[in-house]
Amino acid sequence: MKARVTVTLKSGVLDPQGKAIEGALRSLGVKGVESVRQGKVFDIELEAGDKKKAEATLKEAAEKLLTNMVIENYRVEIL
Amino acid sequence: MKSAVLVFPGINRERDMARSLKLVSGKEPAMIWHAERELPKGTDLVVIPGGFSYGDYLRCGAIAARAPIMEAVRAHAAKGGLVLAVCNGFQIACEAGLLPGVLMRNSQLKFICKEVFLRIERSDTPFTRRYNAGDVIRVPVAHGEGNYIADSETIARLEGENRIAFRYTTPDGKLDPAFNFNGAMGAIAGIFSEKLNILGLMPHPENHVDPIVGPTDGRRLFESLIETLEAA
Repeated sequence: MKARVTVTLKSGVLDPQGKAIEGALRSLGVKGVESVRQGKVFDIELEAGDKKKAEATLKEAAEKLLTNMVIENYRVEIL
Repeated sequence: MKSAVLVFPGINRERDMARSLKLVSGKEPAMIWHAERELPKGTDLVVIPGGFSYGDYLRCGAIAARAPIMEAVRAHAAKGGLVLAVCNGFQIACEAGLLPGVLMRNSQLKFICKEVFLRIERSDTPFTRRYNAGDVIRVPVAHGEGNYIADSETIARLEGENRIAFRYTTPDGKLDPAFNFNGAMGAIAGIFSEKLNILGLMPHPENHVDPIVGPTDGRRLFESLIETLEAA
């Protein structure tokens, strides 16, 4: 079973890397970009099994390690 | 003073730390590998040194914070044991929940390696009793992620409970954005835990201990710890 955990910065948390990417896009002449926030994507292969269990595993992984809950949010998807 | 210096893969400041501890206390610290589950019996001080544990993968300090030895560090701290967390160690302590907040990328997006000025915010703690509140010391920094951030509630609590240990200031101890080189909230360079037994800071006091290197402004931090333990 394939799954994806997406980790993004909470709104209001300053993102210097996103800001730098935003500036780089502007200097490359990419038009129409209002702002950029950088996040992380984790593609995870899970043992076959039921979806509920998989979601619980992903939630555990996200909260124990993948996300720093002080500054980040996460989203879990079974693909 | 019986100290234990934690060693994680990718840590590179553990020898500087061990050398300074030996120089000031006269005792060689124990070097404790991350996969251990116990600290040596009678450990007074646990040091989480600087470096790049696990190559800063995922988030600085995130993986080290979950290493087996950290359970023992948590138990040591819960009993009131002293913990000194420097640089990557500070990041590890925050990730482990020993201290609040998080260290983000420096606001200028640069790795900064230089000497900075720190104002001692209070001198009635195990780590700072040999300084006076308001003293300004020179200590080196070397980090890319030292920009201290926490939610406004946490910052208010830290300020209200006088848990700011050091701030980045001008040479005469004034707050000035130009001297807050990494953009930290409140120019915070280091904080204490609630019971004042854990200190996390980005600068490296262990590098200013031996006169052969230059200034010795960091020495009193180690002397404070020794004095605290002797008084206990």
